[in-house]
Amino acid sequence: MAVKVLSPGLMTTIQDMGRPGYYHLGIPIGGAMDRLALRTANMLVGNDEGAAGLEAVFMGPELEFTSDAVVAVTGADLPPKLDGQAMECWTSFPVKAGQVLSFDYLRSGARAYIAISGGIDTPPALGSRSTYAIGALGGVDGRAIQAGDELPLGPSSADAAGKTVPDALRRAPGSPAELRVLPGLYWHRITETSGDRFFEETWKVAGEADRMGYRFQGGTPLDFIEREPPFGAGSDPSNITDACYPYGSIQVPGGTEPIVLHRDAVSGGGYFMIGTVISADMDLIGQLQPNTPARFVRTDMHGALAARQDRARMLASIREALAQ
Amino acid sequence: MTSRYSFGGDEHIFVEVSEDMSLEAFFKSLSITNSVREAGIKGITEICPANASFQIKFDPDVIHPDDLMTELKRIEETAEHAEAVLETRIIEIPVYYQDPWTNETLMRFRERHQDPDSTDIEYAAQINGFANVDEFIAAHSGSPWFVSMVGFVAGLPFLYQMVDRPRQIQVPKYLRPRTDTPKLTVGYGGSFSCIYSVRGAGGYQMFGITPMPIFDPAQKVTYLKDFMVFFKPGDIVKWKPISREEYDRDVADVEAGRFMPRMKNVVFSLEEFNKDIDGTNAKLLEALNGR
Repeated sequence: MAVKVLSPGLMTTIQDMGRPGYYHLGIPIGGAMDRLALRTANMLVGNDEGAAGLEAVFMGPELEFTSDAVVAVTGADLPPKLDGQAMECWTSFPVKAGQVLSFDYLRSGARAYIAISGGIDTPPALGSRSTYAIGALGGVDGRAIQAGDELPLGPSSADAAGKTVPDALRRAPGSPAELRVLPGLYWHRITETSGDRFFEETWKVAGEADRMGYRFQGGTPLDFIEREPPFGAGSDPSNITDACYPYGSIQVPGGTEPIVLHRDAVSGGGYFMIGTVISADMDLIGQLQPNTPARFVRTDMHGALAARQDRARMLASIREALAQ
Repeated sequence: MTSRYSFGGDEHIFVEVSEDMSLEAFFKSLSITNSVREAGIKGITEICPANASFQIKFDPDVIHPDDLMTELKRIEETAEHAEAVLETRIIEIPVYYQDPWTNETLMRFRERHQDPDSTDIEYAAQINGFANVDEFIAAHSGSPWFVSMVGFVAGLPFLYQMVDRPRQIQVPKYLRPRTDTPKLTVGYGGSFSCIYSVRGAGGYQMFGITPMPIFDPAQKVTYLKDFMVFFKPGDIVKWKPISREEYDRDVADVEAGRFMPRMKNVVFSLEEFNKDIDGTNAKLLEALNGR
């Protein structure tokens, strides 16, 4: 039971729900950037929600199946084709041994999640199959998939083909994308006017946007409150004594272009951060293409926890819809 | 030192023990994070000590952020009075200063540097008032260093020089970060030395390279078979300058599975260190050299 990689797409990696517990050593949690999309894809094919699948960026891979399986594609609108015939996104379909799965052009979003019944069964590293390319951990030999790879599959249970996710439960960013932010960390280092402007302006996603972080451009540089540089921090007003970086934290090197750290975050460094994208909106970032307009929306802890509850309810609704 | 607490979104609490770097701030951060680990609070998923700060990641579905904040502040009060004594180890790390690989790399990124006409180490020697690079290397490798943080990327140690502030080396980071740094480069930024555990981007000045791997995801290196990351916060490091011949020999030994870093277990007391810095360091080096 395996899948042969005929062509890998642009950047396709094996991802699951990541490897918590090693961030204090600089090894990030990793895992699917759009967690809800991977969970949903797994549910559609009858896998555990946290099974390993493929995360394909902008372009799909071409895969040949050596055995019968069930497949589902969620997340970005990257329409799958089976032996050239168009298939539905967010819907599970059966694949016969010898058939080839390929993809049409990307219509919206940035990352598609491909779940295969049984899940991808490459050897776990530190408890996860997620690919962390910088540290050469997980995936296939610590890297993205390549043509010629054979991806082993786990044992699969029931025939789960023919399930579909209702439209209302397919989450995608709006335009402009709205990312809710809890100000904090080193927020006090910028002026009030500058902070207000950060939330008022529309930014856009820069070309440097990957699993480590998303850079944003087009807004006004931040105004700092003057200070004596602390010993050990460095002379730039955006420098701090090297510290930990929360997932979702927004650092602004030199005060110019905000970078939101994502699942493969660097665990720390010497740039100040003005706040953190709330956990409920992290998935959305994974679906933003370069040049997408985006706004940062101020919230508070109450708002962040309420949004988290909303996401939990949405996941529960998906489970319910697909259990029938 | 009054710590500053802040939420990093709904899943992190960030605590700045001090804006300035100091061994006192590092010890306080390490002491609090140790107490937090021992407390076994449900809902905490990651405990990350840093140079003069720390970060706790938690699941807000298990513990309310406000409750965790209250609990952490309570722990800080107790940990603050803990004795700053650490059972740790001192490790000798060989460094081939001014090696050809970091030199080739720094030449490719000259336009991102403060002083394009000199090398990184020449620049660092000059702005820190050393007569020449040899004197600078003698200072960099003369005193021990504390691993005050592990992170940025997998297994990368930040090291803080164990001398009084006037003697501490300070070097700015590159004007714009490089897109490339050789694996195992010994670097410098602000008041920290580091070892790049993997090849990649970096903004620290490059002084040399060590033959000793410190991160091995394949876990083939003899001393990384138990765990892929070598360093942990609280480790003490002594740099040992080596020649090209010694470097080549060490690399061959690593590949043949013969290389073992020289290291000894030691007890470090911050109070004793502050009373007599040079005396404490001399004792640490005696312990390392096995007399």
